[in-house]
Amino acid sequence: MIRMCDLPRYADADMEEIKKMKEAHVVLNQITYEPKALYRGYTDKRLKIDVSDNSVSILDIPQEVKEKFTGGKGYCLRYLWDSVNPQTRWDSPENAITMSAGPVAGITQYGGTGKCLVCTISPMTDIPIDSNVGGYFGPFLKFSGFDMIELTGKAKEDVIIVIDGNKGIISVEKAPLEHRDAHILGEELTAMYAEDENDRKNVAVVCSGSAAEHCNLSMLNFTFYDPKRNVVRLKQAGRGGIGRVFADKRIKALVCRFKGVKANLNDVYDIKILNKDGLKFHREVATLDNKQNAMRKSGTAYSLQTLSDYDILPTHNYKYGGTEKVSEMKAEVWQEKWLTQGGADGCWYGCSMACAKTADHFLLKTGPYKGCRVCVDGPEYESAAGLGPNCGITDPQVILELNFYCDTYGIDTISYGTMTAFLMECYENGILNKERTGGLELVWGNAEADLELLHLIARNEGFGKIGALGSHKQKAYFAEQGWGDMDFMNDIAMEQKGLEYSEYSSKESLAQQGGYGLTNKGPQHDEAWLIFMDQVNNQIPTFDDKAEALYYYPMFRTWFGLLGLCKLPWNDIVPADNSLRDEPAKVPEHVDNYLDLYYGVTGVKIDRDDMIRMSERVYNFQRIFNIRLGKGLRRNDAIPYRSQGPVTEEEYLSRQERYDRQLVELVGKTAEEVQAMSLQEKMAATRSYRESEYEKLIDAVYPKRGWTLNGVPTVAHLKELGMDLPELLEIVEPLQDVQP
Amino acid sequence: MKLNDRPYENWHEGLTIRGVMDYMHFTWPKLVVKVNGQLVWPEDYGNVVLKEDDDLKIHHLLGGG
Repeated sequence: MIRMCDLPRYADADMEEIKKMKEAHVVLNQITYEPKALYRGYTDKRLKIDVSDNSVSILDIPQEVKEKFTGGKGYCLRYLWDSVNPQTRWDSPENAITMSAGPVAGITQYGGTGKCLVCTISPMTDIPIDSNVGGYFGPFLKFSGFDMIELTGKAKEDVIIVIDGNKGIISVEKAPLEHRDAHILGEELTAMYAEDENDRKNVAVVCSGSAAEHCNLSMLNFTFYDPKRNVVRLKQAGRGGIGRVFADKRIKALVCRFKGVKANLNDVYDIKILNKDGLKFHREVATLDNKQNAMRKSGTAYSLQTLSDYDILPTHNYKYGGTEKVSEMKAEVWQEKWLTQGGADGCWYGCSMACAKTADHFLLKTGPYKGCRVCVDGPEYESAAGLGPNCGITDPQVILELNFYCDTYGIDTISYGTMTAFLMECYENGILNKERTGGLELVWGNAEADLELLHLIARNEGFGKIGALGSHKQKAYFAEQGWGDMDFMNDIAMEQKGLEYSEYSSKESLAQQGGYGLTNKGPQHDEAWLIFMDQVNNQIPTFDDKAEALYYYPMFRTWFGLLGLCKLPWNDIVPADNSLRDEPAKVPEHVDNYLDLYYGVTGVKIDRDDMIRMSERVYNFQRIFNIRLGKGLRRNDAIPYRSQGPVTEEEYLSRQERYDRQLVELVGKTAEEVQAMSLQEKMAATRSYRESEYEKLIDAVYPKRGWTLNGVPTVAHLKELGMDLPELLEIVEPLQDVQP
Repeated sequence: MKLNDRPYENWHEGLTIRGVMDYMHFTWPKLVVKVNGQLVWPEDYGNVVLKEDDDLKIHHLLGGG
């Protein structure tokens, strides 16, 4: 076991080099300001920077915006809407990157309270993407006087933006010499803007990586400095290509320095409430985590083996739900061999769940940093599953190497894993071959080819240029070249709305098919993770039950993004007596904690219904935002058949007993009829049934959400929510009677 | 016997809750178990013997970061 107390510290950055880099900076604009102190979780100020002319504006956030949009993702979407128009695309100068942490973010009494939300028009989906991320930037931005930041325009040369929240200085600087890869750039800027070694923990950097200039899958890294390891850690706003937009604006990095984090910088209404609930939460973690998920030991990767047991772990591009080889990457392997134990691994102060694990002094075997020993943040479950079994890989060494390079190049591990799995299946089916890939033999489990693809993407060379497109555009390209059948590729490419699926196989859970398909941004599990409730527990057997779940959970989970909260402390640890509660799946005591936290910070008392209403306002706003940009209707919620059922004969045959039984129990065939059917007939009957079930699900869910059967929020529902804003009505009113 | 409102076809004399979990590969760490509506705590999973007409619920709590 690798123990924190035995860990050597990482070497310091070369300060002479950093001095040279700093001297090469040219200040393009600098302003001074008086940082506004927080009051009950808010500054009511937003910072707007246009890198086309380097203008810096500090603007008020009106009370009406606060009431309707709360903060976090709500603010991000509100001000993104105001910046763009229906013709705006991801690379339009007016496309904004908006970041906001939410009113509860930055408290240190409770776990998971440092999240920042990031939104932009995505290069992958052409609609708003939202992504949440840990690290210190979000809280530091608040403490520096801003509830949100908005970045627009396009710089002529690489710039960095620096906010010093103590001195009240904001500058836009030309920055030509710094490296692009995140693990180096984060170290350089942290050392550059810290006053001394002790000050490094007060510097937070946002950056992408060298792939971001050309790769649609690019994300944003948010750093925090880890004083025990003497290394900059990286957390990711991963989904939807935000890093590509960042690089297109030629923003190399965003830096915020703030010294003086303490218990009540939010100037909360009643800190006693926060202390009481925080203490209760920390005790739960201390006494129960080892018996529950052991998040403190292996982070979210604890669940790999378990999900394989339930046929949920995507394997070979979601063909299957698990593999016997998953034992090579079970929780004990990560804990014993790879992940450092005993570190204070929270991605914000005060999080005792500490799930941000690392593999330390990890020796790289490929790529530009071959031979270097580095700190690898992760792997999270999604990274390990997507980079691993989904591509036929179960070697932790390879998964960690892929994880490291994705992070430092600025590539989203989820999209990369899912996309590579698609490419491998294309290769296995002759859509791709060695000639077309430039020599990459992308067969299942070929780690060498997988890593080489990643390096090629980062260098924008060869087949890497195709890899950089993402699955959605790859399908069209392969079809144009005459390499593959579009219908087949539509079935097996696990993307919807242009975004690759996250890492759960949803074939046996209709509710989870909706949990992915009926999302605003695309198939990410952070709205509704219903597989167990549906597939295993059988708790939501009817369409009404599933619709209720697909109403409640997306709204409930949206609330975390409004407030600046991490979802994990909600249900990855549960109270000892949670089983005794009426609806244990909702973890009612923790929901009450969150209501307390909101009250304790803002002084505004809300109940569970209010919580859902707060989310509904933003959720419907985002839906209408999609419609404004030409999507957001029922046709855009269609999903690939691979997420619903077996596309290929080998998939059907691998679970033949199950599928044959379902033809009797669900489709209504007799056992004799099933026995007489050919494999192709069985597959066709299965497909017809499953696809019609999904349509029935939509018919149940949309009205529950207050939408027409075409997926358009009704005027009556918007009025009920207080969201009958003129700009929203202008879009939805003409669509009220339009049939799907 | 029913498991999560579905017929459980592998019931046999002496079957315990632990036996069902092993057979079904129920390895998720956060479970809520009830037999005929009565909560059973984890320390009793190996002791509670199930009858042929029992209504067993093994509910898995949500995950999904």
